[in-house]
Amino acid sequence: MSILKKALTTAALATALLAATGAHAEPKRIALVVKALGIGFFEAAAKGAEEAAKELGDVEIIYTGPTDTTAEGQIEVINSLIAQKVDAIAVSANDTDALVPTLKKAMDRGITVISWDSGVAPEGRMMHLNPSSNPLIGNMIIKLAADNLPEGGEVAVLSATTTSTNQNTWIEEMNKVMGNYPGVTVVGTVYGDDLADKSYREAQGLMQTYPNLKAIIAPTSVGIVAAAQAVTDAGKIGQINVTGLGLPSEMAGHVKSGASKSFAIWNPIDLGYSATMIAYNLANGTAKAEAGAEIPMGRMGSVKLDDKLEGAMADPFVYDASNIDAFSSIF
Amino acid sequence: MSSLLKSREAILALAILILLALIASRFPGFVSPLNLANVFTDTSPLIILALGQMVVIVTKCIDLSVAANLALTGMIAAMMNGAGVPLPLILLTVIALGATLGAVNGLLVWKLDIPSIVVTLGTMTIYRGIIFLLTDGKWINAHEMTEGFKALPRLIFLGLPIMAWMAVAVIVLTVVLVRRTALGRAFFAVGGNAHAAVYTGISVGRTQMAAFVISGALAGFTGYLWVARYAVAYVDIAGGFELDVVAACVIGGIAIAGGAGTVAGCVMGALFLGIIKNALPVVGISPFWQMAISGAAILIAIAFNSRNQGPKGRIILKKAEHRA
Repeated sequence: MSILKKALTTAALATALLAATGAHAEPKRIALVVKALGIGFFEAAAKGAEEAAKELGDVEIIYTGPTDTTAEGQIEVINSLIAQKVDAIAVSANDTDALVPTLKKAMDRGITVISWDSGVAPEGRMMHLNPSSNPLIGNMIIKLAADNLPEGGEVAVLSATTTSTNQNTWIEEMNKVMGNYPGVTVVGTVYGDDLADKSYREAQGLMQTYPNLKAIIAPTSVGIVAAAQAVTDAGKIGQINVTGLGLPSEMAGHVKSGASKSFAIWNPIDLGYSATMIAYNLANGTAKAEAGAEIPMGRMGSVKLDDKLEGAMADPFVYDASNIDAFSSIF
Repeated sequence: MSSLLKSREAILALAILILLALIASRFPGFVSPLNLANVFTDTSPLIILALGQMVVIVTKCIDLSVAANLALTGMIAAMMNGAGVPLPLILLTVIALGATLGAVNGLLVWKLDIPSIVVTLGTMTIYRGIIFLLTDGKWINAHEMTEGFKALPRLIFLGLPIMAWMAVAVIVLTVVLVRRTALGRAFFAVGGNAHAAVYTGISVGRTQMAAFVISGALAGFTGYLWVARYAVAYVDIAGGFELDVVAACVIGGIAIAGGAGTVAGCVMGALFLGIIKNALPVVGISPFWQMAISGAAILIAIAFNSRNQGPKGRIILKKAEHRA
């Protein structure tokens, strides 16, 4: 065998080997497309996605999005992701319908497309991951109040406007599960119209009308802050617990003062983690997005899809004095 | 007695007493002195803004930008507090800034001759927009404000919080302004009859601008009070509050056509609305009715206003009047 022949064989062998190992280690590239870059909530979701990637090993996360929350910006970003031939796109959409044609194009090229947090119309994605579901939220808000009332007591709801669909649905779901919390009675529902001053006044009114009130449940971010301030000003910290749905950055002070023992909202880290896990499983073919399917999400369990190919991730995440500092800087 | 009954202020005072009696029959605790003091304190921002608005309406203008002005100056107060600026300096700045925002309205009305409702509708949106530009829509929350900043309106002085005393001070200052100063009389002259005012040497535009500056300065001051009291600042605070302010003036008998109105009426108009706002949560009226009740009160007040309008002036040339 001539030296030349030997060298050539070696080179060919090496190339083949390289190609083989390359094919083996080719990581799945999953793009996390967010409403806009620089938003704490989504930066936290990206952190969760990286966590999932580390756990899975052969995943590369592309965290991207437009600089402002426009559908046009997202379309540009998605087009460039299609050109890069990523394996999966998980998007929190700025517009339900505007992204559909672009995402369809992506699916036509064999890219797995899911939406999370803020959904896309069904024809533009394989499935949608909701952070939670109405029944889970309804149950959580009363559970938050009941957990701090071992002996039961009177609680009242401070909602947004009388016509807010979200809040009305959650309160309805809450009333359905009231039987699971014996001793806790909802004495009234008032509406603060998502105005700080009206919510504050309504909270004052609740304290006057129901002297034995033990908790105010406010499933709205404006209401919960106003109620906490009203309880603080009335000197009733420790006597009345304010809870419901709020944002950690807005509630940090009231959790520290004790006006609110705990409150809930989705956990963006878990959301990014779950979206990545789902995108990976769908892209790999280990799970299929069809009605009734259960798609595994690593440490978050699994998500069950309904007829509209939507699923709920988990209970809202509970924030209290132990974790508020870690999250208040995030969102 | 009959002349007393004819005075709007007396009727309004009577209406407030009846209202209180009605509320007390359903929720006796409402009329306890402590609660009434709370209601007055809660109504203080409305009183302060309504007095500023009164001056503007008397000159035959309207200022719809007060709530947006309040939100912007309140946000700036919160931001300055976050930057460590001492409180007295913050107060001076918000008043000056509020006055400047009012002057923008006044200048547009005066120099460009645009109707005030259009000008302030525009600046209302612009001022809210500026808050968004400053903050990207982020909130400034309770824990991001210093204790001193939040405490001032709540400090109790002679049994009442400082916030209530501020309203009292503004009431006194406005009484002095409209009854004891040339500017105060000019407001009424301009609104009552602009042409006659010009002949007496009053500049209509300049007077209207002064009214806007006063309204703006009061809105700026209220911006701090509001943000400190509710311990939160964001784009939408006091959303729609300008309508409450105008309603308080209308209920208080300030003539929307300008030229007539009293400080006492204005304050009582604000108190009337404030009592309704504070009572509705405790008397157990369905929230679906609350807005309807507030609206009905305003309509009744306006109906009263138009019936009570005095003669428009003496007709000198009867023949000319008939020919026309």
